Amino acid sequence: MSVLIFVESNKGKFKKSALEAVYYGAQIAKQKGSEAIALLCSPADNPAELGKYGASKVIHQNLESHTDNMVVADLIKQAADANGAEYVIMTNSSLGKSLAGRVAIKLDASLVSGATSLPESDSVSKKLFSGKAIASIKLTADKKVISVMGNSVIPEEIGSDAPVEAGSYTARTGRVTVKESKTSDGVVPLPEAELVVSAGRGMKGPENWGIIDEMAGILGATTACSRPVADTGWRPHHEHVGQTGVAIRPNLYIAIGISGAIQHLAGVNNSKTIVVINKDPEAPFFKAADYGVVGDLFDVVPRLNEAFRKFKQ
Amino acid sequence: MNLLVCISRTPETTAKISFAENNTKFNSDGVNYIMNPYDEWYALVRAIELKEAVGGKVIAINVGGPENDIVIRKALAIGADEAVRVNGDPNSALFTATQIANYAKENACDIVFCGKETIDYNGSEVGAMVAELLDQPFISYASKMDVEGTKATVERDIEGGVEVVELDTPFVISAAKGLAEQRIPNMRGIMMAKRKPLAVVEATAVDAKNEIVSYTMPAGKSAVKLIDPENMDELVRLLHEEAKVI
Ligand SMILES: Cc1cc2nc3c(=O)[nH]c(=O)nc-3n(C[C@H](O)[C@H](O)[C@H](O)COP(=O)(O)OP(=O)(O)OC[C@H]3O[C@@H](n4cnc5c(N)ncnc54)[C@H](O)[C@@H]3O)c2cc1C
Repeated sequence: MSVLIFVESNKGKFKKSALEAVYYGAQIAKQKGSEAIALLCSPADNPAELGKYGASKVIHQNLESHTDNMVVADLIKQAADANGAEYVIMTNSSLGKSLAGRVAIKLDASLVSGATSLPESDSVSKKLFSGKAIASIKLTADKKVISVMGNSVIPEEIGSDAPVEAGSYTARTGRVTVKESKTSDGVVPLPEAELVVSAGRGMKGPENWGIIDEMAGILGATTACSRPVADTGWRPHHEHVGQTGVAIRPNLYIAIGISGAIQHLAGVNNSKTIVVINKDPEAPFFKAADYGVVGDLFDVVPRLNEAFRKFKQ
Repeated sequence: MNLLVCISRTPETTAKISFAENNTKFNSDGVNYIMNPYDEWYALVRAIELKEAVGGKVIAINVGGPENDIVIRKALAIGADEAVRVNGDPNSALFTATQIANYAKENACDIVFCGKETIDYNGSEVGAMVAELLDQPFISYASKMDVEGTKATVERDIEGGVEVVELDTPFVISAAKGLAEQRIPNMRGIMMAKRKPLAVVEATAVDAKNEIVSYTMPAGKSAVKLIDPENMDELVRLLHEEAKVI
């Protein structure tokens, strides 16, 4: 028996979510008295590091590209079979989500995607209805696949470097080829951002975004926006957060001139701390906020930027 | 081209969520249902556009009971050519995906479309499962797709950007914002929908692999702390010392 963790890397580095998945898998292995094995199918500068978060072994399989989830799922299946995996763990990322269902079918396994807790007697929690409810779901099949929602566990260093062995699985021929990959370099992408500054229709127009970019610059935060702002082209589409946009879970979410419609909240209500700046004291967002400032954003934001700047010095 | 669009029925986004039978069942009393927005706005419309451009037919498929027919008729009113309802309780992604894959296999579909997730269970599971059951590629979070002959070029959302990929039909795709523009059914569409075929077939049995133990509501937030707009140093202090987020 073992726990197999499929680990993603990005430009040779492990994201926080990858370490969370390893730590999550290691905790299950501890519960079950089995072994946590990490499977890595992309380049990594220091794969042995996964041992610190609880992997007892890292299998580093060579693979050109992750794009074809048929190919990756097949490698995971081979590794799961070879290591007698009872649990297969992955991140609830765009890749993880496209793999989880495939791997569950291949292994004839139970599946919970987006789990927010460690299994207790094979049951895990998961948020439903965009965060409005939580279900406790029991995985009843012999094999179990779980994709782990970001920020569900806090990875701690619990071990030391793990032995790394080269994977000897054979990748099947893929059917999808990548023509181009466009990622914005420099800024942290929204799903992983710890600090997010977001603005809505209260900004009146795209020409006023200087104060938002300024705040993001001071804090090293990523910028986001409400849906109407993206729909009218004031801001790029990838900044749109909410039910129909990106779902985020930063430590700090600052919402400026956003009313807090339920569909907006659906994508941001997992943030640790929420600050709302709105001139309308009745704005629904205040009900979901930790800290609120009732005032005109065109006065408040420059003042807050000044205060942040002082703090950073 | 044979284009199959998976349609699911979900509570409206603003529906009040509650549970019954000792918190083990979703309480559907007084809940309004809609077609899952990703299925309706993006997946269905892109399939219709594609059919309009290259010919073929758009089949809407739903797994559920007769109460779903109203949502299926809407898909026909928007422009699907025919529909099939697999009669059964769509209580798991595995059950739903199995029915859809069975239909797609028997009817040689070129592209199976689904929404990126349903807004109730937020699973994102069905598309990947259908693809695996069909042993076909799965492109998730597609925000743009062009098809020429059997070759498709798809843009998909990935963390912090987009990726452009190429592949041949058949495949399964999940639709995100951008793939198409929402279409509102017009009177003619609504009239025509009444005459379009809606076949009902019985579901095949699937062994459940999950069991919902209970539902709970998340703990509510404590009341907001209001800060004097003149005193932003205080807000910064609280974020640093109390919330410890900066
Ligand atoms: C199915 C569906 C899905 C949706 N998905 C999403 C989604 O994913 N994300 C999303 O964001 N929305 C989504 N929406 C839209 C959502 O319902 C709201 O319409 C939207 O979030 C409102 O955006 P907003 O807060 O920027 O604008 P508004 O609601 O217009 O709010 C602007 C706010 O700015 C404040 N304001 C104005 N001027 C000032 C000033 N000078 N100083 C301070 N405050 C000021 C106002 O008091 C107001 O509260 C969806 C809707 C539907 C039906």
